Amino acid sequence: MSQSTAIARETLLDTPGLDEAQLSRVMDRLLSRQVDAADIYFQYGRLESWVLEDGIIKEGSHSIEQGAGLRAISGEKTGFAYTDSLELSRLLDAAGAARSIAQAGQHGARAIAGPAAAPALYAPINPLDSLREAEKLDLMRRADAEARAADPRVQEVIVSLVAAHDIILVMDNSGQIHTDVRPLVRMNVQVIVGHQDKREQGSSGGGARQALTFFLEEDRAKGYAREAVRQALINLDAVAAPAGMLPVVLGPGWPGVLLHEAVGHGLEGDFNRKGTSAFSGRIGEQVASALCTVVDDGTLPGRRGSLTIDDEGTPSGNNVLIEKGVLKGYMQDKMNARLMGVAPTGNGRRESYAHLPMPRMTNTYMLPGEHKPEEIIASVEHGLYAVNFGGGQVDITSGKFVFSANEAYMIENGKVTHPVKGATLIGNGPEAMNRISMVGDDLALDAGVGTCGKEGQSVPVGVGQPTLKIDQLTVGGTAA
Amino acid sequence: MSQTEQIAKLKQVVEDLLQEAHRQGADAAEAGVSTQTGLSATVRLGETETIEHTSDNGLGITVYFGHRKGSANTTDLRPEAIRESVAAACRIARHTSEDPAAGLADANRMAHDVADLDLYHPWQMDADEASTIARDCEDAARGLDPRISNSEGATLYTQESSFIYGNSHGFVGGYPSTRHSLSCAVVAQEGEEMQRDYWYDSGRLPAELADPAAIGRKAAERTLARLNGRQLGTRECPVLFRADVAPSLMRSLFGAIRGHAVYRKSTFLLDQVGEQVFPDWVQISEDPLRPRGQASAPFDNEGVATGYRDLVKNGVLQGYLLDSYAARKLGLESTASAGGVRNGGIASSGQTFDELLREMDQGVVVTELMGQGTNPVTGDYSRGAAGFWVENGEIQYPIDEITVAGNLKDMFRKLVAVGTDNDIPGSLDTGSWLIESMTVGGD
Repeated sequence: MSQSTAIARETLLDTPGLDEAQLSRVMDRLLSRQVDAADIYFQYGRLESWVLEDGIIKEGSHSIEQGAGLRAISGEKTGFAYTDSLELSRLLDAAGAARSIAQAGQHGARAIAGPAAAPALYAPINPLDSLREAEKLDLMRRADAEARAADPRVQEVIVSLVAAHDIILVMDNSGQIHTDVRPLVRMNVQVIVGHQDKREQGSSGGGARQALTFFLEEDRAKGYAREAVRQALINLDAVAAPAGMLPVVLGPGWPGVLLHEAVGHGLEGDFNRKGTSAFSGRIGEQVASALCTVVDDGTLPGRRGSLTIDDEGTPSGNNVLIEKGVLKGYMQDKMNARLMGVAPTGNGRRESYAHLPMPRMTNTYMLPGEHKPEEIIASVEHGLYAVNFGGGQVDITSGKFVFSANEAYMIENGKVTHPVKGATLIGNGPEAMNRISMVGDDLALDAGVGTCGKEGQSVPVGVGQPTLKIDQLTVGGTAA
Repeated sequence: MSQTEQIAKLKQVVEDLLQEAHRQGADAAEAGVSTQTGLSATVRLGETETIEHTSDNGLGITVYFGHRKGSANTTDLRPEAIRESVAAACRIARHTSEDPAAGLADANRMAHDVADLDLYHPWQMDADEASTIARDCEDAARGLDPRISNSEGATLYTQESSFIYGNSHGFVGGYPSTRHSLSCAVVAQEGEEMQRDYWYDSGRLPAELADPAAIGRKAAERTLARLNGRQLGTRECPVLFRADVAPSLMRSLFGAIRGHAVYRKSTFLLDQVGEQVFPDWVQISEDPLRPRGQASAPFDNEGVATGYRDLVKNGVLQGYLLDSYAARKLGLESTASAGGVRNGGIASSGQTFDELLREMDQGVVVTELMGQGTNPVTGDYSRGAAGFWVENGEIQYPIDEITVAGNLKDMFRKLVAVGTDNDIPGSLDTGSWLIESMTVGGD
């Protein structure tokens, strides 16, 4: 038994006084009608967060999220119930409620054992204990001092530090038990700068499935502070961004939120099974320029979007979504994979025991191309160079997507010139992807900051891309 | 368990929590506990797709050791999880800094008479009945027009909650409440083009929900109206934010006058109290004590008694939204705003939606906003949008893949009119907003 399995069994079965025979009773109740699949998901979650503001440690908070979610699936129907108590009687009640979706009838089928255990992509540690309290606070104070020392125009600094520890155990309807111990840490520095009567903000941070010592390595914490100040000062000097269609060069790394919105969501299995995505029924078709190869890869060790197994027990994968512009496949959870007659891809994710799993992204990125970033910029006569972004959003049915630049510059005659204010960029997914005319050789992944929302559920994700050029995209500035 | 017993039980949990905090050495503490149960039924293409039985508990505690603070919360209400949470909050408070502004809200502001706001109207219903209502809603949407080609389904959701808040001033208050909603989202197709839209209603009383078929038809009509959308050339023109998207502008205002944004100097409305931020006909208020209101509450998240309040009067900003912390930071009094604005509303300037179109004559009606492109520090505003092009005071054709941009401070000053079409669901009371001019980005 791996260390992670031992931890999960002890926390979620031994401590509440459950054993496998009792779990089988609960599973039997879930399966006692005509159901195709069922699972029981146990979660033990602890999260600790700290906030530094005005130079003092202002707030700290500890959260417990713990319970079990029970699901019965019959065809396209899902019954779901959950409980925050891990007592057998409550689990049996929840099983009774969840199975009521299925028709009464013969005993549900039991599948055979699934794949072998996946290699762990992170250590089964508890990041809440990975630094002593004094060390956590010292880390935040150092980031604060770094930001304040960086420039006299820095007026406010807010530093946050979050450590989360999730232990999960899933029993599927074959009776097989899957476990995972998931550390996650996140640090962020936000600054307000002011000069005369102008004020601006900047923000930078990072994270990983590691211990909090991650932020002590490679000068990360202080680097976030300097980066937040740099961004804020650049925006202080920014002038109005242009409005209308322009060539847009996106920088490497976090601007990969483009891929998350323009193609990622539209390639999630649930929308494609239902036929509601702009990409539905288009496998094998050209949906992006031939320069584009896009993957969703949950197997990158230690990354924020990575998972050793997804929330249904399927090992995560490195799935090719688009290869040289041609749509290759969708991201699947078990239910949508079964209904579409394909294999699950390890993308079945849920926010917590109290939410139903669905197909979600992990780390979505574009593979590098051949151009030097300088060549790409030099190819643009008049356009926008956007290097940092806030969030985005997509309407998967029409394919329309937006993402908001918060650090951008004009390109004039092949040269990066002055900074422009933040602006929203809007386009149509397949159209924008087909207008990608140059792809750089500088693939970078984001710093570990992404959170994706879908149907009210948030999960940590990653994005990445090399520098790339989109020939035409609508930019939402105010300058004509 | 009856509601009365449930409330009594939660009161006991809060009192035990406060006592446990004092036992562990806290000088003061505050705690909130809630339980919620619900049923959600989704019908898609005429078949029940998902039945969800929801059951959520939450407990939050904040302890104060002098002016040092620690917090904890848990979804697990077993005694051992509660003890772990109190201990964690106390441990954290030993590490946070002395902060003179930290502490409970002032004792003399507690809501001593907790008004019954008539928020509890349960809907006794099983999964089959819930599915039937959702099916009626979706059927009406799918039956409206052959171009309605697909559906994301209709969902009926009903929930009952109980909530208790208490603190070491001796204040303990709480109440049960209900919330019901019915929503429907469908897809329309014409040629290669697919569009999706939705509609919904929500309320405290089952009887207040619109007829399921009416919700379904409206979802279908909204979806069909988006077909054959075009892009628009980049221009400056008037923009009419239809009533269903206007609440986002109100939320931008509320975000900008939040006390925490003010003391951090991270708002474009810094030092604007007493200043003209809207034209002089604009009146904006909050009404937390409205019976059956969707955001009604007799006290805020710190136990402070709520009441009607003018936020903008004759266009002049009257004050900020202050909880006790932000109030102390700014040397002001709490405005019972811990937890935000409750039942905010803007008075109409008297025109119907059609009259607003005629007043605009030529411009853009925005019916959908996408993305988060608002800078709260500068007020710079840039969002993705879809809607309609208007000429000669009439809607001409749908438009999409455009941006609307400006600065919120200017947009507020250039508010020309607010419509009488304030029939949207949700807690904010507003009609459509006509803004004199913005930059529209297109092709």
